[in-house]
Amino acid sequence: MSRIGQTLEALRSQQRTALVPFITAGDPHLDATVPALNALVQGGADLLELGVPFSDPEADGPAIQASSERALANGTGLRDVLDCVAEFRAGNDQTPVILMGYLNSVLAMGEGAFATAAAEAGVDGMIIVNLPPEESDSLRGALAKQGIDLILLAAPTTSDERLSAIDRAATGFVYLVSLKGTTGADHISIGEVKQHLARLRARTRLPILVGFGIKDGPTARALGKQADGVVVGAAIVSRMAALSADTDAIPETLRQFAHDLRQALDA
Amino acid sequence: MPQPGSNYAQPSSDGHFGQHGGRFVAETLIHALDELEALYEQAKADPEFQAEFAEDLARFVGRPSPLYFARRLTDRLGGPQIYLKREDLNHTGAHKINNCIGQALLARRMGKPRVIAETGAGQHGVATATVAARFGLECQVYMGSVDIARQALNVYRMKLLGASVVPVNSGSKTLKDALNEALRDWVTHVDDTHYIIGTVAGPHPFPMLVRDFQSVIGQEARSQCLQQMGRLPDTLVACVGGGSNALGLFHPFIDDEAVRLVGVEAAGLGLETGRHAAPLNDGQVGVLHGNKTYLMQDADGQISETHSISAGLDYPGVGPEHSHLKDIGRAEYDAVTDEEALAAFRLLNETEGIMPALESSHAVAWVVREAPRLGAGQIVVINLSGRGDKDIETVAKLDGTTL
Repeated sequence: MSRIGQTLEALRSQQRTALVPFITAGDPHLDATVPALNALVQGGADLLELGVPFSDPEADGPAIQASSERALANGTGLRDVLDCVAEFRAGNDQTPVILMGYLNSVLAMGEGAFATAAAEAGVDGMIIVNLPPEESDSLRGALAKQGIDLILLAAPTTSDERLSAIDRAATGFVYLVSLKGTTGADHISIGEVKQHLARLRARTRLPILVGFGIKDGPTARALGKQADGVVVGAAIVSRMAALSADTDAIPETLRQFAHDLRQALDA
Repeated sequence: MPQPGSNYAQPSSDGHFGQHGGRFVAETLIHALDELEALYEQAKADPEFQAEFAEDLARFVGRPSPLYFARRLTDRLGGPQIYLKREDLNHTGAHKINNCIGQALLARRMGKPRVIAETGAGQHGVATATVAARFGLECQVYMGSVDIARQALNVYRMKLLGASVVPVNSGSKTLKDALNEALRDWVTHVDDTHYIIGTVAGPHPFPMLVRDFQSVIGQEARSQCLQQMGRLPDTLVACVGGGSNALGLFHPFIDDEAVRLVGVEAAGLGLETGRHAAPLNDGQVGVLHGNKTYLMQDADGQISETHSISAGLDYPGVGPEHSHLKDIGRAEYDAVTDEEALAAFRLLNETEGIMPALESSHAVAWVVREAPRLGAGQIVVINLSGRGDKDIETVAKLDGTTL
C-alpha cells in the first residue's frame, strides 16, 4: 500500500480526520518552501499538497493565482518543485506529499520522465485539476509504474453514474470539490457538501478528502465529521502573502494555523 | 460538412482530432459539456433548429456574404485570380456573429438566461453582446486590461449593447487570461450560464460546434465558386488565430483534395525573434484551455506571451482541428509579419476600396507574397473575415497621427 493509503488507513483506525494543507512551491521563494512544509507538519498536517506553479491556473481563485504568479516570477520550474520534495523527504519519510497542478507541466517534461523523477524525489500522489478520468489513462499508467497515486476529483455536478466510474479508476483517495467554483471561493455550503459526501460515500470505499473554500477551523470541523480529510489551501497561501515583508515569520504562522485547524478537527 | 461518404470524420466520438482536442477541464464542467454535446446533437438533427439558424443568418446577419472578384488587386499582383469572401459585410463586421447566433440559440434551448464570453480585440465580445441583446440574455464579457486599453471603441460598443465588460488583470492581461477568467466564471455559474467560446478551441464539443456554425462560410463559397466560375477554387487562404474563420472556410472543402488549404498565422516581429503568435509554425503540443493542441510554451510548459499587431491573432494556442490538419498534411500553415500585414491592409484599401481587419490582412499579405508562385489561371479565395474600422486607430498611431 502507498504512503497515502497507509496514512489515511491509520487515521481512520484512530477515527481522526486528515488535515491536508496546500502551499505553492516557490512562493514567496524556493528557500521558503521546505521550512513551510516542515512547519505545517509540526502544526499537525497529516498529508501535504504542494502546488506546481502554472502560467494559466484556470481552476484557481485569486489567492492561488497570485501565489502561482509569485512563484513563476522567481523562476520556479517543475524540477525545482521536485527538488523541494526531495529535500523535504530527506528529513521526513512519513508524511505523504501530493503535487497539485495542471497537465501541461507534466506533458512538457514527458509523462514517463516525470513519473520517474517524481518517484525519485519522493512524491506520493498527483492531482491534475484539468485531467478528467477519460483523458487520464496514459499518465495513470506511467505513475502507477512508479507507485504514485493519480488522485481523481469529484464535483457537486458529477452524476451518480460518473461517481461510480471515478471510484473504479481512482487510487489513494477521492478528492471531493466542495462547491461549484474555483479554489478559495467563499460560498461553501456545509449542508450541500454533506449531501455530495453521502452520495460519493455510497459509491466508493476509498477515503474521501474535501477541498475548495475551507478557510477556518469551524468549517473544517463541520466537514471533518463526515469526510476522511480536509484540504486547506487559499487560506494558508493568503496568510503567507500577508507576510511578504516578513517572510521569516512564515513558518511559525503556518505552524500555528495548522495547529489551530488540527485542534478544531480533534475537538 | 464534408461530402457524403467522406473518409474525414472528425472529431472522434470522444472529441479528439487525431492526437489533439479532447476535454481537459475541471470535473465540475464535465456535466455541462455532456449536456451541451447532447443538446447540440439533437439540435443539429432538428430541422426547426436549422431553420431558425438559417433565418437569423439571412435576416439578422445579412447572409449570404458575397464572393467578390478583386479585379484591381488581381491586376496589381499579376498572378492568380483573387476572390474575397466578404465576411466583413456581416452584421457587426466579422464572421464571429455566425457562431454567436448558433450558440445563443443553443443557450435558449438549454434554458440558460446568461451568457459569458472572452474577447481579445473585442470582435467576439461585440458579437456575443449583440446576440445577447437580440435574444434577451444577460451578458458578461471578459477582456484583458491590456486589450481594454487598446480597444476602447469596442469596449464602449459592448456597454451600449447592454453587456458588462470585466477587466482581467491576471497573467499577461490579454486574451488567454480572459479565457481563464471566463472558465472560472463558468465553473462558478454553470447552472444558469452558457459560455459562448469565440473560436474552434476549448473542450469538446466546442471545437466541433463552432466549426459547424462557421462552416456556412465554406458552404456558400463552394457553391458561389461553382456558380460564378463554374469550378472549384485552387487555393483557399485564411488567417489563423484560434482559427474559426479558417476552419469555417476550409471544412466544406476537406474532401476536395485538389483544393489547397492555407492558414496564415501571425509572425509578429518575425518567427526568428520568438515574438509572434504562430504555434503551428513554431510551437509544441500541449494542453491549454480544455484541449490538446500546438501551443507557444517554454521548456517547462509555461505558456509564452505572444505578440501580434492584430489583437485577434494574439493567442498562444490554436484550434485542435487545425493541429490535426497540419499533422495529416491536409492543410498547410504559413505566417506573415506585422509589417507584411500592414502593407496588405493599405494595398487592399487602395486597390479595392475595402478596409480589412488587421487579422484578415494576414491572409491578404500571404497572397501578395506568394502571387508570383501561383499560376495566372489559378483561382484563389481569401476569407476576408472582418472589416478594419476597429483598427484605424492602431494604424493611425503607426503613421504618427493622433485621431
